[in-house]
Amino acid sequence: MKKVQWNNPVIRWVDERLPVFSYMNAEYNEYPMPKNANYLWSFGGIAGFMLVAMIVTGVLLAMQYTPNVHMAFNSVERIMRDVNSGWLLRYLHANGASMFFIAVYVHMARGMYYGSYKAPRELLWILGVVIMLLMMATAFMGYVLPWGQMSFWGATVITNLFSALPIIGEHIVTWLWGGFSVDNPTLNRFFALHYLLPFVIFGVVILHVVALHEVGSNNPAGIDVKGPQDTVRFHPYMTSKDAFALTCFLIFYSYWVFFNPNALGHADNYIPANPLVTPTHIVPEWYFLPFYAILRSITFKFFWIVPAKLGGVICMFGSIALLALLPWLDTSKVKSARYRPIYKWFFWLLVIDLVGLTYVGGSPAEQPYILIGQICTAYYFLHFLVILPLLGKIEKPLPLPKSISEPVLGAKESA
Amino acid sequence: MMRALIKSAALAAFALGLGAASTGTAFASGTTEEPKQMQWSFEGPFGTYDKAAVQRGFQVYQGICQACHGLDHLHFRDLTDLGFTNDEVKVIAMEYEVTDGPDDEGKMFTRKALPADPIPNPFPNEKAAAYANGKAPPDLSLIAKAREDGPNYVHSLLTGYEEPPADVHLTGSQYYNKYFPGHVIAMPPPLASDGLVTYGDGTEATRGQMASDVANFLMWAAEPKLEARKQTGVKVIIFLVIFAGILYVTKRRVWRDVKH
Repeated sequence: MKKVQWNNPVIRWVDERLPVFSYMNAEYNEYPMPKNANYLWSFGGIAGFMLVAMIVTGVLLAMQYTPNVHMAFNSVERIMRDVNSGWLLRYLHANGASMFFIAVYVHMARGMYYGSYKAPRELLWILGVVIMLLMMATAFMGYVLPWGQMSFWGATVITNLFSALPIIGEHIVTWLWGGFSVDNPTLNRFFALHYLLPFVIFGVVILHVVALHEVGSNNPAGIDVKGPQDTVRFHPYMTSKDAFALTCFLIFYSYWVFFNPNALGHADNYIPANPLVTPTHIVPEWYFLPFYAILRSITFKFFWIVPAKLGGVICMFGSIALLALLPWLDTSKVKSARYRPIYKWFFWLLVIDLVGLTYVGGSPAEQPYILIGQICTAYYFLHFLVILPLLGKIEKPLPLPKSISEPVLGAKESA
Repeated sequence: MMRALIKSAALAAFALGLGAASTGTAFASGTTEEPKQMQWSFEGPFGTYDKAAVQRGFQVYQGICQACHGLDHLHFRDLTDLGFTNDEVKVIAMEYEVTDGPDDEGKMFTRKALPADPIPNPFPNEKAAAYANGKAPPDLSLIAKAREDGPNYVHSLLTGYEEPPADVHLTGSQYYNKYFPGHVIAMPPPLASDGLVTYGDGTEATRGQMASDVANFLMWAAEPKLEARKQTGVKVIIFLVIFAGILYVTKRRVWRDVKH
């Protein structure tokens, strides 16, 4: 990191002892960003903004919320009716979860399209997968807190997954619940963890950014930066661009918060939790639906010995764990799908596959949805375990440009 | 550059669309009739409550629904949102008795309700409600949000009672309603005939009118901050659109000298 000679004596005094100003200057002012990065590169910053927005609205909501089975539902209604701007805080937070997942899913899809997970960015990608897993745990526990019907039954279904583990499964579930069903101890610990995990996420995000700034950002061409002619300074170039992108995203976010705040949730969650009445369809939030579909697709014994429920749990967690191995499953040396004529099609096929899984996850567990779900699940694993490793060997990539600036500046200037 | 932006926006919209589509499908199964689609004043980005209709709906609630259904999340003071003055709310509250205490001698006592009190439930507890009705009637404070397409559902359900088809056999305390999931409902038709209430504003209390008014009222009860939300939303969106425009111009000027 380059030390800066600051003119302001106070800043200089601090910086000589704790180089926060030099650090900020190096990482957020001078950081060289490939100048061909498109607007998809703004989604990392948008996701970071959403994390902070969730923490701020969440802390304010926690000041009014009561984690007790007899009071949780009513305290949320009190926030909606009697707390000043409470309705705004709660709708920002509830819809913010969806916006956070949209930003992260777009961010991940961009990484997959442009091969951002390949060397030397494997660890950067894995940290991202860890963030996604933490987000899923946090979002799941957050949805339990209002203690509506879907909160209670969602918690029951998901915690019960652990009972599929042989021998220890039942004990783990009792331990998770803090009792013999989802009840007050469960709600209490979910609240504690829901408050804790975002700060853990924040920590991993810092590691994610440190790892990024160590290896540098990928770009749509997927080729290495050759020199200063290929980059722009982070500020003002990326800051002005990301600010515009973020504001556009906020318009989209505002639409949901102010004009359709309950569309992304479930009507059933406005019914207080009732352990004696099971909802007709227990459906998780939309961002979990692909994984829920994979879980439910395993309706048969696996390899003739693994029971269907355990098989489903293994496949669901496996579908996420697989992402961590992506840097090694994809054997192609070329990063960007722009120069991979066949991979480009398989990328979009995977997107369609995930849309199919989402659709199936939100549909009742009956035919033809079960069959569609099974086909989509099989294809998901086929994509990562068979197609990607083979494609790297078979595919003939298009010729790569010599440098990032070459296509715009011509061979002479960019040399 | 714009192309990339449109592409990413399309991607995000896509992700959202499938979210909305899937929640839709989750509830669209079964053979329950889709509610009739009515026009409501609170719909759309500039929607507001029709205060006269909501007030009439409150009258229907008081006259009919309240015999069985509570409104636990509402307080009398909330009624000022409907255009009642503080004094009018006091008068409305005084029609109700609530249990208070313990007093200095440790005894519970009853007194006339005050604007700060919650609207009293017709039953002392859920067991009593279940005992009197066979099954506890649901609280109505959130019913318009706790059902898919709530206001239309409430309106359709209240006007949707009919004779059962030949193959459906009902016991004495069961009724047939094609809008109710499973069609067999324990609630007797609450709006069985016209004129069950006499509206203060002279509106004719037909069954359809009462059903529509009470749906308006229950939507307000479920989402009392709807008007503030939409009005804030319009301002926020206008601000963000202008701000985005300024930021776009800024970005263009910053990047003017960069060939990319």
